[in-house]
Amino acid sequence: MSAFAMLGSVFKPTSFAGLFGAGPSVALATLALVAGQQGRTFAGIECRSMMAGAAGLAIYSWLVAQFLMRLRISALKAALASMAAWFTTAFVLWEAFLRQGS
Amino acid sequence: MIVRIHSGGLRETKWYEYLLRFLFGGAITALTGVIGKHWGPVVAGLFLGFPAIFPASATLVQKHTRESKARKGLHGEQRGIEAAADDALGATIGSAGLVIFAFISWRLFPRHSPALVLPLATAAWLAAASSLWLARKWRHRRR
Repeated sequence: MSAFAMLGSVFKPTSFAGLFGAGPSVALATLALVAGQQGRTFAGIECRSMMAGAAGLAIYSWLVAQFLMRLRISALKAALASMAAWFTTAFVLWEAFLRQGS
Repeated sequence: MIVRIHSGGLRETKWYEYLLRFLFGGAITALTGVIGKHWGPVVAGLFLGFPAIFPASATLVQKHTRESKARKGLHGEQRGIEAAADDALGATIGSAGLVIFAFISWRLFPRHSPALVLPLATAAWLAAASSLWLARKWRHRRR
């Protein structure tokens, strides 16, 4: 996780460095642990759901950018105000495509 | 060159700013484990795309840009917000790459070891995210 954070701080322009803000840092740590403890099938199912979570992250970070560019509020306020968009997207996709398998 | 290395970025970032992101990421890893045990992998997997580190990263980008402009005697409040917005747009593109990471991991995990799947999926994430970023850059240049 810190490696992704470090990569994000050494690249310019900022929009390229921002790629690392959505890097698979949490996923790498979690999936390595899960695959070892609960098996590869369990990890594979988590990855399928992760696609919905990542789609939520795309909408979330786009919304943060819009708040910042249009309303000129602080990054922390924009990041917290947009959090509902992640939950809504992730759980709508879960309800539509994934719930049957849970 | 379109992308360059800014080594000063490492010096600008304090150790506790890395620690903060590590703690947020670690908390989500632990939370995902707890959710997986109670509600299963379908619900837990959603949180692998949770914006755990992003709020801290965007806040630090804004702060560092503002401080950098202030050292040059400039008013950096607006530039700090613009830098955070650029960072967020980059994260949007990175998230599209994260969908690719998840798709490849989903398809490969049942048949292959994590030692193969995770580096391969990470390479695919980097390739997809960088390509999309470059495509966006070229599109903007042509306008």
